[in-house]
Amino acid sequence: MSISQFKYSIIPEEAEALRREVRAFLAEALKGYPAVKRAYSWMGFDAQFSRLLGSRGWLGMALPKQYGGGEASPFARYVIIEELLAAGAPVSAHWIADRQSAPLILRFGTEAQREKYLPPICRGESYFCIGMSEPNSGSDLASITSNAQKTEAGWLLNGQKVWTTNAQHSHYMIALVRTGDKEESGRHGGMSQFIIDLSLPGVTIRPIADLSGNEHFNEVFLDNVQLDNDALIGAEGNGWGQVTAELAFERSGPERFLSSIALIHTAIAAIGKQPDALQARDIGRITARLVTLRNMSLAVTQQLSEGQNPAWAASCVKDLGNVFEQDLPEILQLLVEDQPQVGGGSDHAQVLAYLTQMAPSFSLRGGTREILRGIIARGLGLR
Amino acid sequence: MRELFESTIERLLSDIATPEYVRAAEQNVWPADLWRALEENGITLAGAPEEVGGSEASWADLFVIVRAAGQHAAPVPLVEMLLGNWLLEQCGIGSRSGILTVATDSTLTCSAGALSGELRYVPWGRNAELVVTVVTSDEGYDVVLLEPAAAERIVEGVNVAGEPRDILHFSAALPLASVPLPAGLSPSVLLAGGAMLRSAQIAGALTAIMTLTSAYAGERKQFGRPISAFQAIQQQLAVLAEQTAAANIAAEAAFAQSDTALATFSIAAAKVSTSDAASQATSIGHSVHGAIGFTREYSLHLLTRRLWAWRSEFGSSTYWSKLLGEAVCNAGAEGFWPLITQSHNEQLPISE
Ligand SMILES: Cc1cc2nc3c(=O)[nH]c(=O)nc-3n(C[C@H](O)[C@H](O)[C@H](O)COP(=O)(O)OP(=O)(O)OC[C@H]3O[C@@H](n4cnc5c(N)ncnc54)[C@H](O)[C@@H]3O)c2cc1C
Repeated sequence: MSISQFKYSIIPEEAEALRREVRAFLAEALKGYPAVKRAYSWMGFDAQFSRLLGSRGWLGMALPKQYGGGEASPFARYVIIEELLAAGAPVSAHWIADRQSAPLILRFGTEAQREKYLPPICRGESYFCIGMSEPNSGSDLASITSNAQKTEAGWLLNGQKVWTTNAQHSHYMIALVRTGDKEESGRHGGMSQFIIDLSLPGVTIRPIADLSGNEHFNEVFLDNVQLDNDALIGAEGNGWGQVTAELAFERSGPERFLSSIALIHTAIAAIGKQPDALQARDIGRITARLVTLRNMSLAVTQQLSEGQNPAWAASCVKDLGNVFEQDLPEILQLLVEDQPQVGGGSDHAQVLAYLTQMAPSFSLRGGTREILRGIIARGLGLR
Repeated sequence: MRELFESTIERLLSDIATPEYVRAAEQNVWPADLWRALEENGITLAGAPEEVGGSEASWADLFVIVRAAGQHAAPVPLVEMLLGNWLLEQCGIGSRSGILTVATDSTLTCSAGALSGELRYVPWGRNAELVVTVVTSDEGYDVVLLEPAAAERIVEGVNVAGEPRDILHFSAALPLASVPLPAGLSPSVLLAGGAMLRSAQIAGALTAIMTLTSAYAGERKQFGRPISAFQAIQQQLAVLAEQTAAANIAAEAAFAQSDTALATFSIAAAKVSTSDAASQATSIGHSVHGAIGFTREYSLHLLTRRLWAWRSEFGSSTYWSKLLGEAVCNAGAEGFWPLITQSHNEQLPISE
């Protein structure tokens, strides 16, 4: 791996042409939508809005037309999602399905699975969650113990997942579980992925309140859940390889540096057109960092469009991006004299309160800082 | 053209501008053979028109030359010459050969066609045969071409990397050429151009530090294993890689977007991103190297001392971020995201 993967790349005309359309749509659809809700970014859940996007052809954009997709380029999809994020649109319902479940099903699924799952994802009607983490398996994902045993009818699933974002609102979870003996199959062997219908008997979902009191992630208990044979996605025993591919999608997008953009907007509004020297300097530096991160992210998108695996470069962008989105509440609370407020207060005060509390999670979800830097170091040949 | 430039400059600089060579140049030895090699291979005039022996390269193509100059700490005013000639072309004076530099810090005033005052902090002012600068005139601003030989006095100075940064005193000196600054060019055009150059040189030097530091971490053994086996070292090198990648793409964006006119918004972003990256990278480079990296003998300082100089030259991170921040605040909250996604040929101009 080398930094030459970061080739300066421009969004092609035909993809750029979508920007005007999506901006006009968002200006209308989000008229009067409060700043603090915009700050929810890709944690804002609104199924109706997701269906509206689906009807516009903006979900599953890169999927083949036969499954309801638009066969659009990664850059076209990029333009749409960055505009959604910048506007603070409520995209959480479909986010995971559109970002990683659909590409995973397309790549590893059978024809029947593609036909079953992909069209409703494209319509914004079917929502997915990610079943990777477990109580004793966070960064060390390969240590999971949830398991599926082969039965005559299919598979019998037991175990527990945790921190499962949106499980309480989702139709399906794509879970990584053990299907083989760890001793026999090696550290990264003996794992498989299943598409679990969350309405099945034996599935219990309990929301976990985060430190601000919001409920977005969950505990998911799996007790003798009977799965059909076609719940297995991809090859039995190939779960680790598939999850690695899935994580490349999970980590490669602009949501990894845009989580706090709502606060830049409220800060600029609070500062006004005549910034003092400190404000000008810090807003300028934030702007420069964002411009550079976006250029890096476009280079990752270029790799995707060339069919290359962007995992290494994506880890660089995610780590740098998480530092950036975590820095924003820190920098901006020093720049505007307005204390964070959960109830009442200005737009800026409310957005600051929300993002200050959310910021710690930015470098946890999707892989921690240390894990990402480990991946980068491995790419550099250091380990 | 870019590939050809890249391989040519790479070959010339790795052959000639070795660490020993750069060290010698820091002792006030003009690197005549390096300059001659650059001239003979058409590098010094790469951006100039074909009639005068140039390749008419755009900034997008010149990027690789400027970055390589930074990567090898080339101890010559090559990048200044590319910028000076670019401005001479823009204003109709036309490119010059020889040794040409630029000056942005000036107290020169014009009286009856003669120039008096100082040009300060002129890169290689003592060695240059020509210097390009912008002066205030009765009607506005003029681009002038002067001979340092016409200076009454030269006070030699050096930046923290031992690169010449001289003061030239002129007293009623007649310029070789003087024309009004063309409409559409800001009087601070050389500052913006210089910031763009330094951003690419910084990116180049960071790339070299990255290579040097990773290699060293793989060789140096402590506690019975290479220090690169320690997670704390790996994590620092990962950050160094991120900063190097950020600096490279930021600088390249500024050059790529300056095909028709200097893209000041992107240049400002690039100078801020690269200067900030330089601060982090020098710290990591030295930390990973231990005491050996703090010696005169080891070559790390040939890069880190340049970064400490270049991050402040042609406007520091603070200088450019203030201009950016003023423009951004002026555009208002609604205007922020459109500025981030603006198409490069409709960029918001940033200037004082
Ligand atoms: C908001 C949010 C949403 C999430 N959504 C989902 C989801 O939808 N689905 C899902 O499966 N998971 C989800 N997660 C879980 C997330 O993937 C984990 O939090 C993450 O992988 C880290 O695991 P952990 O929390 O158990 O921390 P741990 O792994 O226990 O780590 C704690 C600390 O130790 C460090 N550490 C661990 N191992 C090493 C090592 N080898 N070297 C150096 N340092 C190390 C970590 O970097 C961290 O600093 C979510 C988490 C959050 C915060």
